[in-house]
Amino acid sequence: MKRFSGDISIVLGGAAGQGVQTVEALLVQVLKREGYHVFAIKEYMSRIRGGSNSTEIRVTNTRRSAYVRRIDLLLAMDKDVLPHLEHRITKDTIVLGEREKVCTVTKCPVVNIPFTQFANELGNPLYTSTVAVGVTLGMLGADSKVFEDYLREHFARKGEDVVAKNIEAAQKGYTFGKHIAYDAGLEVYIKRSATVKDELLLDGMEAVGLGTLASGCNYISSYPMSPGTGLLTFLATHAEKFKVVVDQAEDEIAAINQGLGAWYAGARAVVTTSGGGFALMTEGISLSGMIETPIVVHIGQRPGPATGLPTRTEQADLNLVLYAGHGEFPRAIFAPGTLEEAYLVMQQAFHIADAYQIPVFVLTDQYFIDAVTSVAASALQKRPIERHIVETKSDYQRYVLTKSGISPRGIPGYGEGLVGVDSDEHDEAAHITESATMRLAMHEKRLGKLQAITAGALMPTEIGDVAHADIVVVTWGSNYGVVEEALELVGREDMAALHFHQVYPLPEKAKKFLSKKKIVVMENNATGQFANLLKLEYGVAISENILKYDGDPFSVEEVVAKLKACV
Amino acid sequence: MIDKKLYDMPKETDMAWCPGCGNFPIVNIVKMALAELDIMPQNVVICSGIGQAAKTPHYLRVNYFNGLHGRALPPATAIKLANPELTVIAESGDGDTYGEGGNHFMHTIRRNPDITNIVHNNMVYGLTKGQASPTSEKGMQTPVQVGGVVMEPFNPLTTALSLGATFVARVFAGDIMQSKEIIKAAIQHKGYALVDVFQPCVVFNKQNTYQWFKQNTYYLDEAHDKADKLKAITLALETQSMPLGILYQETGRPSYETLVRTNTTPLYQQEVNQQVLKELIESHR
Ligand SMILES: Cc1ncc(C[n+]2csc(CCOP(=O)(O)OP(=O)(O)O)c2C)c(N)n1
Repeated sequence: MKRFSGDISIVLGGAAGQGVQTVEALLVQVLKREGYHVFAIKEYMSRIRGGSNSTEIRVTNTRRSAYVRRIDLLLAMDKDVLPHLEHRITKDTIVLGEREKVCTVTKCPVVNIPFTQFANELGNPLYTSTVAVGVTLGMLGADSKVFEDYLREHFARKGEDVVAKNIEAAQKGYTFGKHIAYDAGLEVYIKRSATVKDELLLDGMEAVGLGTLASGCNYISSYPMSPGTGLLTFLATHAEKFKVVVDQAEDEIAAINQGLGAWYAGARAVVTTSGGGFALMTEGISLSGMIETPIVVHIGQRPGPATGLPTRTEQADLNLVLYAGHGEFPRAIFAPGTLEEAYLVMQQAFHIADAYQIPVFVLTDQYFIDAVTSVAASALQKRPIERHIVETKSDYQRYVLTKSGISPRGIPGYGEGLVGVDSDEHDEAAHITESATMRLAMHEKRLGKLQAITAGALMPTEIGDVAHADIVVVTWGSNYGVVEEALELVGREDMAALHFHQVYPLPEKAKKFLSKKKIVVMENNATGQFANLLKLEYGVAISENILKYDGDPFSVEEVVAKLKACV
Repeated sequence: MIDKKLYDMPKETDMAWCPGCGNFPIVNIVKMALAELDIMPQNVVICSGIGQAAKTPHYLRVNYFNGLHGRALPPATAIKLANPELTVIAESGDGDTYGEGGNHFMHTIRRNPDITNIVHNNMVYGLTKGQASPTSEKGMQTPVQVGGVVMEPFNPLTTALSLGATFVARVFAGDIMQSKEIIKAAIQHKGYALVDVFQPCVVFNKQNTYQWFKQNTYYLDEAHDKADKLKAITLALETQSMPLGILYQETGRPSYETLVRTNTTPLYQQEVNQQVLKELIESHR
């Protein structure tokens, strides 16, 4: 007998193009509608067909957003799945699939699901995905009615026949799933929540995208690069309704320079890319600093150097973003850890960029971008849009020296004045200068803005009781969920965590959390980039680094083991 | 016609150009063209890169975006998209436009935004003191190309024509009156307009002088059919005596901003439609 109480990890594995994603999308939707807490994360190869990809779907009693290494139920579509996931399969894993298609050796512990036979009965292999979802729901003991209603809605446009066939497929799968669960002595107990079914189901990129639209973004120019492309696609999909100008640039250099041109002319622009593309943009970042024209850049990180692992995850571009661009100028960097944070920091990024006329970065990664879970609509906080554009008078000067260092930003065509911006060192009227006095005044004015930006920096989130802990686990960006869960599982009273979603500049007030503590910094890279930044900014000593750089996100199991071992 | 003086700098400016530089007449031509077209300085944006030519917007009263070397065209495209009511000119040198910015040159032509691209073509890198530019003649000796340029010169006109540019012209800085008319036509053209300007560099290019340009160019006559693309390409290929004038103009092709945008409202006036946002969020339930 096998019992899963409160937490089950279902993994779907197959080649690209075998419907794994269809099964995932259906399953996640239906489970959420039934009121289950779901979390899904995929891993895939950088190829369009073939290879071996998988998706993990966790169904849990409480809200979880972290990857587990463990596989409880594995639905395999072909022969590559078992070897591909070998390191995660244990004797406790229940493997499901069509024996002939999945097994390469005779001693293969697969619970047979005769997909071919079902397809023949239904008259079309297209329904296999629906059967597979039915089997899984049957095994979990979910409510088949919710699935049928969903299919009715989902396929309504395709006509009665398609709806009827899908429902038939679902029922066949469901009944079959119940049978095999019974035969295997499988018992699954997972609580449903009353509120989850009304929540929003989003992946990280959608949360970033919605936050971008909420910021009043109306311009994007970008060049495709995984995993940053999603934001370009998202805005293109909604461009008509939101009147967003979408341009696919000829290269990243064009993208960043377009973004700056757009802001200069009064638009609110974003640029999206990954580390490699961002490396090409760095001269433009410096231009933003010099001409004091805002820009928001989203960077979806993936493992480097160079092309690296295009579809995998890493947090190794913090230093690149922190130091990108020649010369010295202020900047701000955000790194959301949850969907609601993504929605919020995107708006904050636009606000800070606009208010301080600086480049602002939002760092996500493949793991964050692809992870799907539910969030209450009310958790998405709307920040009012402030506009920092002034109508110019005839004597307008773009870089007038002020106490705050912020020169009111005019735009061409709005007012009687003329608006010039200049990448050379310039005077108040934006004309080229080599006066040392003016250079000092302008440079200090630009750099001086950092003080106010720091004062307004977002405070990190405390997980557990930081004040009373001896050991503080510090992390940033996409690791929020895994640290939260691992900390709970470890249950150490002497340990708490701090998660930063603004990673630069660091809020001065947060330093107090770290005084007289043992600091353990956890991040998805090999050299401890954020740990080094903490040392530099806060002057604290780091007692331990928890690092990972194999292209996968941290799993709950490995973080639990690391946190247990901390002394 | 508005007073050209509106375009003059309010006070004496510290000029970075050498006496006799071909850039002086070009600024004058641009001022005259804009004034004669009744365009107020407030409605003009000049985007430039880096180089001597790229300093142009500092010598006339307009809005300007003096950005990075090679990058005048991307902001120009974006500015036109963000506010289609503005007259947008991208103005830089041959090194800036055809060398460092070559990729933008190609793809901006393909987009066809309603901007005017004025290229001060002096066939040399001026600001960096005389190295070869993409348009330098073969054999030209420079501090870097000590044995003379060995590469084939870049032909901006045939390149632009082959990429589908809707307006392709060449003028000579030494002829203010005729150049002005052609630049006026370029500004009025609805779409991307390339004006390659033969510009003598009196310090670093002793080869392609005022005299040389005069001797090696001729004007296309009235009979030239501007709609004939093949003819334009043939003319653009001439290297012995080179044609001046509008080689090619295609009307009726929609410009990029009219294709990408459904309205002409400047983006700074656009508000987020909160209802639509709410609906989109709700659709994820
Ligand atoms: C990224 C970058 N590379 C190189 C330079 C140096 N640089 C400035 S202008 C220039 C060439 C200028 O030639 P051109 O565009 O023909 O203009 P001109 O000075 O002749 O008018 C170069 C190489 C620079 N400013 N930025």
